Amino acid sequence: MTAHAPGGPAHPAPAGGHPGSARASEALQHQFTDLQQQKEATTLGMWVFIAQEVLFFGGLFAAYAVYRNMYPAAFSAGSHHLSWKIGFANTLVLIGSSFTMAMAVHSAAIGKKKRIVAFLLATVLLGSVFLGVKYFEYGEKIRPCSGDGPYAGCLVPGERFDASAVHLEGDEGRHAQIYFSLYFGMTGLHALHMIIGMPIILGIAFMAWRGRYSPEYHSPVELVGLYWHFVDIIWIFLFPLLYLIGAH
Amino acid sequence: MSEHFTPESQPTHPRGLAPESQPTHPRGHVVSWKVYLGIFLALCALTVVTVVVTGYDFGPFNLVVALGVAITKATLVVLYFMHARYSPKLTGVVIASSLAFFVILVFLTLTDYVSRPWPLS
Repeated sequence: MTAHAPGGPAHPAPAGGHPGSARASEALQHQFTDLQQQKEATTLGMWVFIAQEVLFFGGLFAAYAVYRNMYPAAFSAGSHHLSWKIGFANTLVLIGSSFTMAMAVHSAAIGKKKRIVAFLLATVLLGSVFLGVKYFEYGEKIRPCSGDGPYAGCLVPGERFDASAVHLEGDEGRHAQIYFSLYFGMTGLHALHMIIGMPIILGIAFMAWRGRYSPEYHSPVELVGLYWHFVDIIWIFLFPLLYLIGAH
Repeated sequence: MSEHFTPESQPTHPRGLAPESQPTHPRGHVVSWKVYLGIFLALCALTVVTVVVTGYDFGPFNLVVALGVAITKATLVVLYFMHARYSPKLTGVVIASSLAFFVILVFLTLTDYVSRPWPLS
């Protein structure tokens, strides 16, 4: 931003005046001096949104910190019930999707249209794998809660919650419900972010396929990339905090 | 990957030069795809590390170790995948302020809870 003090743009050339970029000058909105300024402004806006997201998830992380500190035994028991192998595999899948997203942004920066589309589709595919595994994990915990009982293995907090499934009873069994509330709340909010992000990525892949982006202008690819990497970072913290409590 | 990447993907500034002092250009900074591959492999390795360390009991430091690995991974993602390292200083200010408020949120909440005789019976 510093290079663009009001009245003194670094590029005195007319708006979008970079050679051979008809597309790029179309992309320049009238309120910006040039594409560089537009790019920095939109990127900053995305970062401010992400800063807000940090605090949006922050409330759940704060609740987690309070209750884990209060009921360490119940959290450990609840965590041991999760399969760290599934969580581990899913972490690698999500990191892989962040890598393909980074490569999509890179392909946009060097103007490789087909690669943008391919890497964005790969990102959505890996995201789908992650959510599919999550669906399986949720199903295991939710399915026993339906019907007439005896609800053995039901891990949805509430009166049907089966504390014996995590080898707890009495007060500690009730405390484990707090762990599973946070488990569903945190992973659910994370999954919701992915569910919102994936159609947006598909839309941007479609725009890339239509040839809307160039090395000079590909902000949508960059911004959805920032969003996707942020969602990846949330999972990087959720994995050890939810799946790996205590020595295994 | 092919040879298409190599000429354009070289860092254009000498090592140690502040990224924002580069001549500005709408393309911004193009990082080599090899950097992304390296970060991806480092993240995978650190994911293995975070699982392996659970096989050891560090007592009260279990959480510190787990969070230390996670913070390292998150830092790699922010600096390289999210290009924070090559972004204007203002981006760094936004990141730092969001982290500062997150720390205030968690830390001040905990000072309250850990200083009271919870759980109330």
